Amino acid sequence: MDTANEKPRLVLVGNGMAGMRTVEELLKLKPDMYHITVFGAEPWGNYNRIMLSPVLASEKTVDEIMLNDDAWYAERGITLHKGRRIERIDRVNRRVIAEDGTEAPYDRLLLATGSDPVMIPVPGHELEGVVAFRDIHDVDAMLAASRAHRHAVVIGGGLLGLEAANGLMRQGMEVTVVHLMDHLMERQLDAEAAGMLRGSLEERGMRFRMAHQTETILGEDRVTGVRFTDGSEVAADLVVMAVGIRPNTALAESAGLHCDRGVVVNDTMQTYDPSIYAVGECVQHRGATYGLVAPLWEQAKVCANHLAEYGIGRYEGSMTSTKLKVTGIDLFSAGDFTGDETTEDLVFKDAARGVYKRLVLKDNRIQGAVLYGDTLDGSWYFQLMRDATPVADIRENLLFGQAHIGDSGHGDEASRVAAMPDEAEICGCNGVCKGEIVQAISEHKLFTLEDVRAHTKASNSCGSCTGLVESVLATTLGGDYSDAPAKKPVCACTDHSHDEVRAAISRDGLKTMDAVFEALDWKTPNGCHVCRPALNYYLLAAWPKDYQDDAQSRFINERAHGNIQKDGTYSVVPRIWGGVTTPAELRAIAEVAERYQVPTVKFTGGQRIDLLGVQKTDLPAMWRDLGDAGFVSGHAYGKALRTVKTCVGSEWCRFGTQDSTGLGIQLERMTWGSWTPHKFKMAVSGCPRNCAEATIKDLGVVCVDSGYELHVGGNGGVKVRATDFLCKVETEAEVLEYAGAFMQFYREDARYLERTAPWIERVGLTRVKERLVDDADNRAALYARFLESQEVAQVDPWAERAAGHAAHEFIPIRPVDGPPKGPRPEVSA
Amino acid sequence: MSWIAICHLADIPPLGARVVAGPQGDIAVFRTADDRVFALRDQCPHKGGPLSQGIVHGERVTCPLHNWVIDLQSGAATGADSGCTHAFPIRVTEGQVWLDLSAAAADSDAAPVVDCREAG
Repeated sequence: MDTANEKPRLVLVGNGMAGMRTVEELLKLKPDMYHITVFGAEPWGNYNRIMLSPVLASEKTVDEIMLNDDAWYAERGITLHKGRRIERIDRVNRRVIAEDGTEAPYDRLLLATGSDPVMIPVPGHELEGVVAFRDIHDVDAMLAASRAHRHAVVIGGGLLGLEAANGLMRQGMEVTVVHLMDHLMERQLDAEAAGMLRGSLEERGMRFRMAHQTETILGEDRVTGVRFTDGSEVAADLVVMAVGIRPNTALAESAGLHCDRGVVVNDTMQTYDPSIYAVGECVQHRGATYGLVAPLWEQAKVCANHLAEYGIGRYEGSMTSTKLKVTGIDLFSAGDFTGDETTEDLVFKDAARGVYKRLVLKDNRIQGAVLYGDTLDGSWYFQLMRDATPVADIRENLLFGQAHIGDSGHGDEASRVAAMPDEAEICGCNGVCKGEIVQAISEHKLFTLEDVRAHTKASNSCGSCTGLVESVLATTLGGDYSDAPAKKPVCACTDHSHDEVRAAISRDGLKTMDAVFEALDWKTPNGCHVCRPALNYYLLAAWPKDYQDDAQSRFINERAHGNIQKDGTYSVVPRIWGGVTTPAELRAIAEVAERYQVPTVKFTGGQRIDLLGVQKTDLPAMWRDLGDAGFVSGHAYGKALRTVKTCVGSEWCRFGTQDSTGLGIQLERMTWGSWTPHKFKMAVSGCPRNCAEATIKDLGVVCVDSGYELHVGGNGGVKVRATDFLCKVETEAEVLEYAGAFMQFYREDARYLERTAPWIERVGLTRVKERLVDDADNRAALYARFLESQEVAQVDPWAERAAGHAAHEFIPIRPVDGPPKGPRPEVSA
Repeated sequence: MSWIAICHLADIPPLGARVVAGPQGDIAVFRTADDRVFALRDQCPHKGGPLSQGIVHGERVTCPLHNWVIDLQSGAATGADSGCTHAFPIRVTEGQVWLDLSAAAADSDAAPVVDCREAG
């Protein structure tokens, strides 16, 4: 039988979430590489173990938490042995042997044996009615007990114990939770939050024996009670042991694989036997073991990559966060919150609303977070923690959360996701309601933000509802699940992050896209619509004079130099320097609009004129006519310098302190044509009345009598953000230098499609100040690099195309429904 | 089959597309990095976006309006999206690109978006 198939054989021991996720990731990479055999000790297909709590609480059924049914395995040609526990690994002959004698040979073996519940070996622990809380079998036993009996004792006041206790209470039992420590969930919660949690559980009727140690479980055949070391007793018909889990290493140990607390693996998830890999709760990696799902996902991805023999990607350990799956109780915890003399506490407490938030800061970074009652910002804090983002600049607002300055589209709904009705709109761009997202999550077994985006389109456009969608995901999944891996790859074509790609481009002198694909082992032959525009930008920014811009890697707007509209027509926005124009210019625009029958003429928010509804074939001729009148491209379509908005300033305004229009025009003349990670807008206001709205721009100049205030990182779009004050300068020349240097720093440092506002929040204003304000040499160098790149950037793309460049972009091939009309025209550009 | 010569391979940029005005609307003609060509009705099955304006990668094109990714061979949406746009037979001989609209012509009474299983 081993010669029947020439494909190498992969055997998976453990039909749980980690192992099967690895198989699924592998199938995505190399669907036909292996003949796959799966052994599972439990008699079912693969199910979502983190959903056992909702099953116990009757909020879900077992069917609803199944991930893959028998048909799924069959369709993929996977041999599934359910209910067969592997007893032995014969490493010499590379085969596994099950209890019932079933054997399977392997070329690669994947161990995902998970973990076992810890049973405290007190007298009576083997009595009938003493169970763990680990699998469907345990849940069945608990549900059966709840129908026949009344008193339940749960030993262990941790995450699992409280979820079990809540479920049993929901089944009508009287539940006492026994805990060794004097506060609940001591590994996830501080005393304050634990007290609030205990209070609300007590209100629901749960009883507690804190700081109690179990001495004996009482009973003859079936359990009747529990006695503690202090001599007190409590009656019990059911005892649930939920004191922890222990990696299941028995099989690996018996095969002589190196185990410590878990099966020891390296960063590629390989055990000490190179043909044996291990993932999930059974492994020990860099000294750590994991009992939550997010790390398993990361491990699965890495392991699959190596099984597929791509050999890229390392698992570097995970930072985990916790949420309690008890309906109506919002609790989030992440990181280390013990605190000492080197840490600082930020605490918010509103007892009446039942809200408690504590952030522990160390060295200006979040080290731990405990949230109770309002956990919406949990994923944000977690992100800040994982990215080690300096928080000095945002600490005064930190506890109020990410949304407190008004995201457009979903105003003040931004809390209490769990309490929202199903009709509540979550994604205002794509009109996706909470109910649709919840349904998609259950129906399609979604686990990640990316999955939800793909299936529902929620959070797929402007992204402002990302936090809400993550919350829906967390509340629906119950979520000790936490969002994405620490390092986000650019896209599915690579495992490298934006920062890694950028670093490689400069470090290794990569000057073409193919060189990047080659050097960084891109998985696709020519990338995709996500990575190609990013790479094109990075290459252009790194090598302004060497890199040949790749039109086919630009989004259509930047390729056609106009904004595509929903009907496939384009819009044309001529540049109007500083928003100052003349009757002659206006007349020229009006004539062009009439000549080309432009259906809509509109003023933009940036003081420019938008000609909407232009046929693509008309663009070059229109640009020629506009060019003849002195106009150049307004770049309203680009990730580029957009506009410099101005007020009239000292030339006319009785309050104006400086020549804001003149300065705005100088700024725009200097910076136009520059490509940036995302669009870049500026404004110059002539006095602090700020009529040009400079404080919601990427760079805003506010003139004052004694000089110019420079403000950076503002945004008036999806997420309103007022600028941060950068510094004050005295002359126009300094304004120009700082503006150029700031743009260049942004161009070199931010990730593609990252506006200045999130970029500054990520890297910290302090860092920007250090490079720009404190370090004059660096500022001068940045400014010089900016001006150098402008030498080649300030070529009007409209003039080039009006002269025939890239004609194929604008002229269709001849129509095919009749004879050719004349000679084949200018198609080969 | 009735093959119509529409252009030379060199007229289509690699990883790019050109538009052919057909009797029942525009047809997008794509060229991959390895010089294979594909022809699809220039309408995304989602909201009718012009696929010819999208970014071509591998054997796929991403619609410029809402980033649906369409398979060039079949015209079908990929990933979690579902929908399909008509694919036309197309071939290249000695640098000349030939398009066959006969199937579409036979279908001229049908709705503009044709069942993609007919695609060659």
